[in-house]
Amino acid sequence: MTLIGWAQIALVLAAIVAAAIPLARYIAAVAAGRVTFLAPLERAIYAAGGIDPARGMGWKAYTLAMLAANLAGFLVLYAILRLQGVLPFNPQGFDGVSPWLAFNTAISFVTNTNWQAYSGEATMSYLSQMAGLSVQNFLSAATGIALALALCRAFAAGGLKDLGNFWADFVRMALYLLLPLSVVVGLAFVAMGMPQTLAAYAEATTLEGATRTIPLGPAAFQIAIKHLGTNGGGFFGANSAHPFEGPSALAASLQIWSQQVIPFALALTFGRIVRDIRQGWALLAVMLVVVVAGTWIVYAAEAGGNPLHLAAGVDPAMGNMEGKEVRFGLALDALFVATTTGASCGAVNLMHDSLMPLGGLVPLFLIQLGEVLPGGVGSGLYGMIVFVLLAVFVAGLMVGRTPEYLGKKVQAREIKLAMLAVLVLPAAILGFTAVSVVLPVAMSSIQEKGPHGLTEMLYAYTSAAGNNGSAFGGLAADTPWMNTTLGIAMALGRFAYIVPMMAIAGSIAAKPKLAASTGTFPTHGPLFVGLLAGVILILGGLQFMPALALGPVAEHFVLAAGKTF
Amino acid sequence: MDMTPAIPAGEARRARLGAALLSGPILRRATLDAFAKLDPRRLVRNPVIFVTEVVAILVTVLTIRALVLGQPWTFQAGIALWLWLTVLFATFAEAVAEGRGRAQAESLRRARTETRAKLLLRGDDRSLWQPRAATALRIGDLVLVEAGDLVPSDGEVVEGIASVNEAAVTGESAPVIRESGGDRSAVTGGTLVVSDWIVVRITAAPGSTFLDRMISLVEGAARQKTPNEIALDILLAGMTIIFLIAVASLVGLASWNGQPPSVAVLAALLVTLIPTTIGGLLSAIGIAGMDRLVRFNVLATSGRAVEAAGDVDVLLLDKTGTITLGNRQAAGFIPIPGVTEREVAEAAVLSSLADETPEGRSILAFARERQGIAAPVIPEGSCVIPFTAQTRISGLDLSGGSYRKGAVDALLRSLGGEAPPALREAVDRIARAGGTPLAVAKDGRLLGAIELKDIVKTGMRARFDALRRMGIRTVMVTGDNRLTAAAIAAEAGVADFIAEATPEDKLAYIRHAQAEGRLVAMAGDGTNDAPALAQADVGLAMQTGTQAAREAGNMVDLDSDPTKLIEVVEIGKQLLITRGALTTFSIANDVAKYFAILPAIFVASYPELGALNVMALASPESAILSAVIFNALIIVALVPLALRGVRYVPAGAAALLRRNLLIYGIGGIVAPFIGIKIIDVALQILGIA
Repeated sequence: MTLIGWAQIALVLAAIVAAAIPLARYIAAVAAGRVTFLAPLERAIYAAGGIDPARGMGWKAYTLAMLAANLAGFLVLYAILRLQGVLPFNPQGFDGVSPWLAFNTAISFVTNTNWQAYSGEATMSYLSQMAGLSVQNFLSAATGIALALALCRAFAAGGLKDLGNFWADFVRMALYLLLPLSVVVGLAFVAMGMPQTLAAYAEATTLEGATRTIPLGPAAFQIAIKHLGTNGGGFFGANSAHPFEGPSALAASLQIWSQQVIPFALALTFGRIVRDIRQGWALLAVMLVVVVAGTWIVYAAEAGGNPLHLAAGVDPAMGNMEGKEVRFGLALDALFVATTTGASCGAVNLMHDSLMPLGGLVPLFLIQLGEVLPGGVGSGLYGMIVFVLLAVFVAGLMVGRTPEYLGKKVQAREIKLAMLAVLVLPAAILGFTAVSVVLPVAMSSIQEKGPHGLTEMLYAYTSAAGNNGSAFGGLAADTPWMNTTLGIAMALGRFAYIVPMMAIAGSIAAKPKLAASTGTFPTHGPLFVGLLAGVILILGGLQFMPALALGPVAEHFVLAAGKTF
Repeated sequence: MDMTPAIPAGEARRARLGAALLSGPILRRATLDAFAKLDPRRLVRNPVIFVTEVVAILVTVLTIRALVLGQPWTFQAGIALWLWLTVLFATFAEAVAEGRGRAQAESLRRARTETRAKLLLRGDDRSLWQPRAATALRIGDLVLVEAGDLVPSDGEVVEGIASVNEAAVTGESAPVIRESGGDRSAVTGGTLVVSDWIVVRITAAPGSTFLDRMISLVEGAARQKTPNEIALDILLAGMTIIFLIAVASLVGLASWNGQPPSVAVLAALLVTLIPTTIGGLLSAIGIAGMDRLVRFNVLATSGRAVEAAGDVDVLLLDKTGTITLGNRQAAGFIPIPGVTEREVAEAAVLSSLADETPEGRSILAFARERQGIAAPVIPEGSCVIPFTAQTRISGLDLSGGSYRKGAVDALLRSLGGEAPPALREAVDRIARAGGTPLAVAKDGRLLGAIELKDIVKTGMRARFDALRRMGIRTVMVTGDNRLTAAAIAAEAGVADFIAEATPEDKLAYIRHAQAEGRLVAMAGDGTNDAPALAQADVGLAMQTGTQAAREAGNMVDLDSDPTKLIEVVEIGKQLLITRGALTTFSIANDVAKYFAILPAIFVASYPELGALNVMALASPESAILSAVIFNALIIVALVPLALRGVRYVPAGAAALLRRNLLIYGIGGIVAPFIGIKIIDVALQILGIA
């Protein structure tokens, strides 16, 4: 680790937090319907859909509208992928996508996971990329933010009957937040050298005289939303490690900024909506502290290098460079790893499979903690609030009152629903992994022996259920078993979590808002930040310890002992 | 007719107040009960311990199988034994808590012996009655209760007046007056009429009398889980499921590279991870919380009320008797120019000699204390003018002079004349400060004023300060005018007051506070308090109050001391804190247990994972067994804390959180590292495992 490396990390994080402050104010204004510069377009969309944006929805109506929108999105995307062979904008003449892969990919993009069991440049037509995947990048991100707004509103006042209008939130977030930001960031990416073209792939002759096909496409703007919407699905198979998708350290920094700025801003938006900005800062602080801690571990592990390489005479100053792009540097790599997994983005600019065991442990664990640090756009915030309710409940009793958060009592119903939500990740991750490492049809997908092989499988289901979408690599994912079970894991991780979370929102909204006093459990300040971080680590993380001990932790100690498999 | 005086019950209860937490007979009985509670049909109410029992059965069966097949069985047997002990310690904790209540219930039950009632056949004729078993009385029946009779059931005095010994329910053996009309009309079944007679209209059906409710409450029979307890149960059940998933998945995960751990080892891992500590102590904490209230002579109708007490934001306290001593007392002699304070005092003493009101007596006491004037005997031949509500003047005509004191306007009128400006000024100043002025005259000449004021009970100010630190607003309710109320409120240090309060004002204040999202507690005794008592989130009714008030409140104070509302709040908070603290402790324990068990389980597949054995435990078997033993013993170790409750210091939430997080959160992480290591060393010394 170097000082200059830490300076890079600090600079990017500072830029994120600095931008999150005004952005939070802007998102709150959009959510309240006060931003109207695209009003004619917005009104046209409402008119076409027969939507009255002023009509409030209870939690059930809100959730059903969201499910309907997502189901429609899934069906459209599935159809486009299957039919791309006969649809336009297909200069390379790709065939329709296989049923297993189309199912997996459609769920993947609808759930904001963007797990890719395919390589974009070898599978997807331009139409699939633009009208299918890119559109879903916007819609799944807007869905997440809308849901988070609904939950925020539940805390704003007492005795609320509705949580806002899903369609209005959904349309406004796409139109006023994601679209303008994507345009700006996309243009910046074009300036940094990313392609944005509908032309066919380029043919080039190498110095040796061989002919190479160089994939091109409408990449820059899709990559912008890929990060801004914490989607993470690469235009190219190598994702941000590809020279056209991650051309420079500056582009990598902007990508890190893009995949963090909305989740962090939403924490502050929450503070604005509940009219106590300190609450937002407390959540942001927890997110930031864990991201920095994760970055530090990855950075230290990678900078320390691989003992086997060192023994073979590799310069220790290099660190572990296997699977990394030299143009980014270890510091940005470490920050990218921690932020892409902390934020449920899942874009990668290095091969996680090649990280040191402890370096690989961090992204795995950050996803398993529930994708709340800061988590995906919207999903990070609502996941975080579920943890807040649990933290407030467990520790809140210790101040001698019925636990409450922002004046809303946390009682049996909320705890029941929160536990239902929290159960989803361990059940999907540990359940599918345990089955898949003993089932021959699944075991054959694993490339490595020993603990690293287990980590590959564990990572796949972790990434899917956590709606992260990053691949550890080393796993043959395009098989019927993997496509199907990973698809189920993604759907569970998204919707089986959302429904109880929205039920919590409905229950919280209806409660009276109690006045605060010095007897009220304080939910801001360093003490609460520490408590919340502790609860996330213990309630969110303890159940994964045995699995992690058998995977990356075992690998770490085995490697330190100089043993390989 | 049963004439057994019902005194022992209450006094025995009082005597036990300071008694040891756990006595021999209770422990013996609890040990037996602990085994009875192993019945899975009963245990299923407690999901964590139920899962522990199921796992214990499983490991026991496997141990027997190994024994039969001649396989190694001692390690399994050790695990099975300690899993059973874990379950037993949990049921034991509950049994101990219940046992303490049961001892009280038995003494109460003796007071509820079969009584014969004198059922009046005609309401207007006391001579026409027939004997009827108390249990056969219906609501609305009229019964005659005469000196020496036990009141057969709860009711309202409709005729007559009697002194009643209520020791059976209050523990206080000094008789109290019960009479028809007014605020002292309620009588309680099981209490003893010691003089005169009363006619009582029965207000409680058999089996649901005050005494019945009290017995079932202290026995824990009527105990239902409180809202917070239910929520906590759900959390614990959820965590149990999560850890079940984590442990079950190990069967698959561990077989990727090596053999999956044995069932006994997985069972040990599961039971140490699920929150058995709080799961085992949860119901004991709840029972003990109710018990603390009962020992404090307060009966709550439900655990819900006790929890609500911890949540209270606003305390409504009556001024008289709660914040101030019951009566106004002399606090100063103010002479007009040309007169000495001693002259005023002497005149005040002489004019008050025949004044038997508490105010009058306080003047004598104050004069003795302030000026050293002893009250003389009333000389022969003097003429006494007694104080009456009409004249509002008292006095004494001696040979040496005539002395008068009384309400300022009344005395001025009787003397006929204007008040000197200096007196007018003194009177105004006294009124502004919240006091009541009296004027003193000798031989028709005004000498000065006596200041009477409400005396705030000692220590109240400090208690209100403590309440403020807890985030609770205290509101004084008084019939005084605003000026007086404001002065007393300032002196007592309460946050707010309701002056010239009517029962409607109280009700309106409570509704308003609740609309703002605050929880309100109040104490009351009169029938006109009943609506407010019912509206308040915590209504503490006085045992001496009316039946209506007792029905409306959700707690009854047997000592009829409204100040106890403050302690009730503290007991409620202590109950919640104890639950939260032990939950935090229980969950925090898991970290160390992982460090004990995980390396032990996986060291066969990956010897390098021995590096995680930071406690340097002797062997995998010893590590696993030590963790299981620690997990069981910690329940027993925490039983006294669960019964006694976590020490509660009134403080703001931030300070409480910091303190309890440090002790039970950080402590919960560190303690098992030490405990497990000690047990491991002990196992080595004993040569086990």
